[in-house]
Amino acid sequence: MISMSKPVGDTPLDGRAGLVGQALDRIDGPLKVTGHATYAAEYRDIGPALTGYLVLSAIAKGRLDALDTAAAEAAPGVKLVMTHKNAPKQGPRGQTTNPQLNGPEIAYRGQPIALVVADSFEAARAAAYLIKPRYGAEAGAKFDLGSNRTEAFKPKSNNGQPPDTTTGDMDAVFARAPVRLDVEYTTPLQSHAMMEPHGTIARWDGDALTLWTANQMLMRGTDMVAGTLQMPKDKVRLISRYVGGGFGSKLQVEADAILAAMAAKLTGQTVKVVLTRPQVFPVTKHRTDTVQRLRLGAERDGTLLAIGHESWSGNTPDDQFYETAANATRTLYAAANRMTAHRLVALDVPHASSMRAPGEAVGLLALECAMDELAVALDMDPVALRIKNEPHVAPESGKPYSSRTFVPCLEKGAELFGWSKRVAKPGQVRDGQWLVGMGMAGATRGNPMLAAKASVTLDRDGVATVRSSMTDIGTGSYTILAQIAGDMLGLPIDKVRVELGDTTLPPAPGSGGSFGANSAGAAVYDACTVLRTSLLQAARFPSEGAEFADGVVKAGGQSAKLADLAAAAGPNGLVAQGAADPGDSRQAFSQESYGAYFVEVGVDVDTAEIRLRRMLGVFTAGRILNAKTARSQAIGGMTFGIGAALMEDLVMDKRDGWLANANLAEYHVAVHADVPAIEAVFLPELDAHSSPMKSKGVGELGICGAGASLANAVYNATGVRIRDYPLTLDKVLSGWAEANKTGQALPMQKAG
Amino acid sequence: MKTFTYERPTTVAAAAQALAAKPDSKFIAGGTNLLDLMKLEVETPAHLIDVNKLPLDAVEDTPDGGLRIGALVRNSDLAADPRVRKSYGVLGRALLAGASGQLRNKATTAGNLLQRTRCYYFYDVTQPCNKREPGSGCSAIGGFNRVLAVLGTSDHCITTHPSDMAVAMQVLDAKVETTAADGATRTIPLAEFYRLPEATPQLETNLKTGEIITAVTLPPPPPGVQIYRKVRDRASYAFALVSVAAIVDTADGQVRSARLAFGGLAPKPWRSASAEAALTNQKAGAPAFAGAGEALVQGAKGSGHNDFKIPLVQRTLSAVLTQATLNA
Repeated sequence: MISMSKPVGDTPLDGRAGLVGQALDRIDGPLKVTGHATYAAEYRDIGPALTGYLVLSAIAKGRLDALDTAAAEAAPGVKLVMTHKNAPKQGPRGQTTNPQLNGPEIAYRGQPIALVVADSFEAARAAAYLIKPRYGAEAGAKFDLGSNRTEAFKPKSNNGQPPDTTTGDMDAVFARAPVRLDVEYTTPLQSHAMMEPHGTIARWDGDALTLWTANQMLMRGTDMVAGTLQMPKDKVRLISRYVGGGFGSKLQVEADAILAAMAAKLTGQTVKVVLTRPQVFPVTKHRTDTVQRLRLGAERDGTLLAIGHESWSGNTPDDQFYETAANATRTLYAAANRMTAHRLVALDVPHASSMRAPGEAVGLLALECAMDELAVALDMDPVALRIKNEPHVAPESGKPYSSRTFVPCLEKGAELFGWSKRVAKPGQVRDGQWLVGMGMAGATRGNPMLAAKASVTLDRDGVATVRSSMTDIGTGSYTILAQIAGDMLGLPIDKVRVELGDTTLPPAPGSGGSFGANSAGAAVYDACTVLRTSLLQAARFPSEGAEFADGVVKAGGQSAKLADLAAAAGPNGLVAQGAADPGDSRQAFSQESYGAYFVEVGVDVDTAEIRLRRMLGVFTAGRILNAKTARSQAIGGMTFGIGAALMEDLVMDKRDGWLANANLAEYHVAVHADVPAIEAVFLPELDAHSSPMKSKGVGELGICGAGASLANAVYNATGVRIRDYPLTLDKVLSGWAEANKTGQALPMQKAG
Repeated sequence: MKTFTYERPTTVAAAAQALAAKPDSKFIAGGTNLLDLMKLEVETPAHLIDVNKLPLDAVEDTPDGGLRIGALVRNSDLAADPRVRKSYGVLGRALLAGASGQLRNKATTAGNLLQRTRCYYFYDVTQPCNKREPGSGCSAIGGFNRVLAVLGTSDHCITTHPSDMAVAMQVLDAKVETTAADGATRTIPLAEFYRLPEATPQLETNLKTGEIITAVTLPPPPPGVQIYRKVRDRASYAFALVSVAAIVDTADGQVRSARLAFGGLAPKPWRSASAEAALTNQKAGAPAFAGAGEALVQGAKGSGHNDFKIPLVQRTLSAVLTQATLNA
């Protein structure tokens, strides 16, 4: 067991050019590109399965007065129509349950109200359209965050973080600050839009349930299934070997899994349920919209005196999850007087929850735009403003940083990008039809770790097999765990196998919150440490000065092949169990990863179309375990940031709570043509307080603040400051029209 | 999706007769729009007539120097045709501005003309929609209408026609050739092909029951500079917020003739005779371009979220005309 209660000293990963850090291809890459990586809904060797199709509510608030299922039940191929009348009894809705068809009440538009189970997907879908609900709609449903802010309440703490903090005297100091900024930003509903929709195959073997399901956190998923279906946890098995993207949408067990399990119970057959793309949007989680007020008070030299960040978000009434948008503001910049506050508004909307970098992703859209606005007000370079306010300890908690390499990211990024060429005055640079602007923003993301276990088996062929219920959601978990084990045991990458994504394997928290690599990696590290000791004992070598390399262990002038030692131990080789625990390092230190973005955008002088021209992210996240997968994570996050800045907007009709663009043709994410020259660079860093690998999480860092850099560049290009994300061309045109009215327009932006 | 029967005729006559025999039928070619609509039960044909085996996939020269484009010519193939690339640039660019590579490989010329609107409310059968269910009401008026029409709308419907290709064909004065079940053929100018919604938004074209599109003909290439400019929220794979197809002929700094058609503005590809008239025999320059824009948006009516399209199309038109007359 390794616990991060004290810093990690010299380790076998230090001071050597091993596998860790290399830009290795994914070890599961060939399986994926040849179609041999089996995703949740693709298991065919488990026998025939019935297919379920969801029916969703067409009202947002009220109840089902009647649900006529007769025609559907009589339709060809239909085996079961499951509604609240015949669904098995489930636990009440709570943090660790997700009951479905649990009663006639309707809490949001798009809530599942029935599942049709048939011989084929086509038969189930056709029958689903025959179900005729009669609704008793309740008046007074609320969908709009902004106009319902007056009814906001203070939510419970989230992950031990209080909703509100105060330091010093924010209001008084802000009021007398020589330079003040007091502005509001809004961000829209967003959807994860991962490639693989939610899907599950459920099979009962007696009282034991197996779910092949698309899920990021299998142990939490087991708890949710057991809690919802009111059955023992040890009778629930989740298998999720490959996940086609999650971004937080698969942190929990969703309707597909619970409905498939219940339908399999009722029919006595294996049942598959895959959500259609339009169903994914309302049935699973989304990111809430936010309203954020930023107050920054500064001296004329740029020294921040006061920082205030308040955020309002919405959720369905029985869900206390709120967007922790102001949390990053607690640690990013120094100021003696500060406050943060989060408020939640109960709305009749689908469940809001975590989406890639919950909190920072939208919080920094506001904070990092506000810093740019302050820089403009101060007539100061925005990079210099950030450096000016670099704290030496976390400004609210007073804790030291475990490591903080923010300023080098700013400086290196500015240098690599050619930031010095920026013209600070907006609207000055023209390239043909394009108004060209540069912008930058800072990045920060918390660095969590959770308890995890793993095992490593060394067989008589000298092959190590790593096992854990960790998941790989496209991030590269398989590969980095193989790299860690390879270096710890002195094995080449082709002598390491990795098995993940099955709850029969040693428990690990899975993938979420950027904790996956730290947590599962530490458990693998620990298992390898145990295995090294076993191998030395088996060889009767002294542990002092032992070296593992090329499949051989050397110590005290002797050497032995690992394969031989494993073979001598018995037919099963040698097995080691590993466990890792975050200890109290995260209580003792403020732990974050950092970065900075630099972008250049073009804005069409006639149509106001905004197109990214180039983008650079410079990051630090401790030791980089795999230069290729880390870069992919970073540029993937930055691509999310491009979407957040320019196009992502899940539109809700505020009359009836209907999601208007719930499909990937109309919910716009950045496509290839929107992502031109984009690069991510990691600066060297080791964090001995973070994990035994001295690494930090990289999965979410690249989205944090990325969109703000584009917003700031659009201002620099056009002179229009847009505080309502996403920045679509109509908002630029409005800004120009406004500037024309007030005589502020730059010559090239004049109407006509 | 409702269960349907299916046949695959090999002659135009058989296809037209099949449709006449079973009025609750639909032709299917690329299926890039119809299949989605069937999955959502927006379209519920009892019978599908697969026209992919009909001999309608050629692009041929016409005696008068124009082109005859078979109904089944795929969008990708049409965009790549050397004659289109050389003489009908506005059409080639419009085609390549549409959809994605995969969709263009499947989508056909006639299917593109007949694609349904992308109005969000049309696509969900739980929302009232006069086009889908006459008399049920229009959810888009008063709803989220950012992408919808500002010209040619009615109190019953504010949809846009989503095609890029059809806008270019409109500016080229294309004609649609059809064959009826009785073998009769006719030629319909594209300008008379589409209907405006008025009180019957479910009726989108003037095709008669049992009539099948066999080809689209283009007259000889007109003189002038051809431009297609599509304005959209992302750089690819997005429907037009507005688009402008222009063919502008100039001499000695004067506009001799201008043809203008617009996408994203109206329930059909929108040709503006008044905007064209505002340019004819005028000095090429900002005043004339602004005048054309003013003429275009006469009577335009936003529904809130889409108000921006009115100034946007004027700005875009000015930009296009500036580009078209650079060497005037």
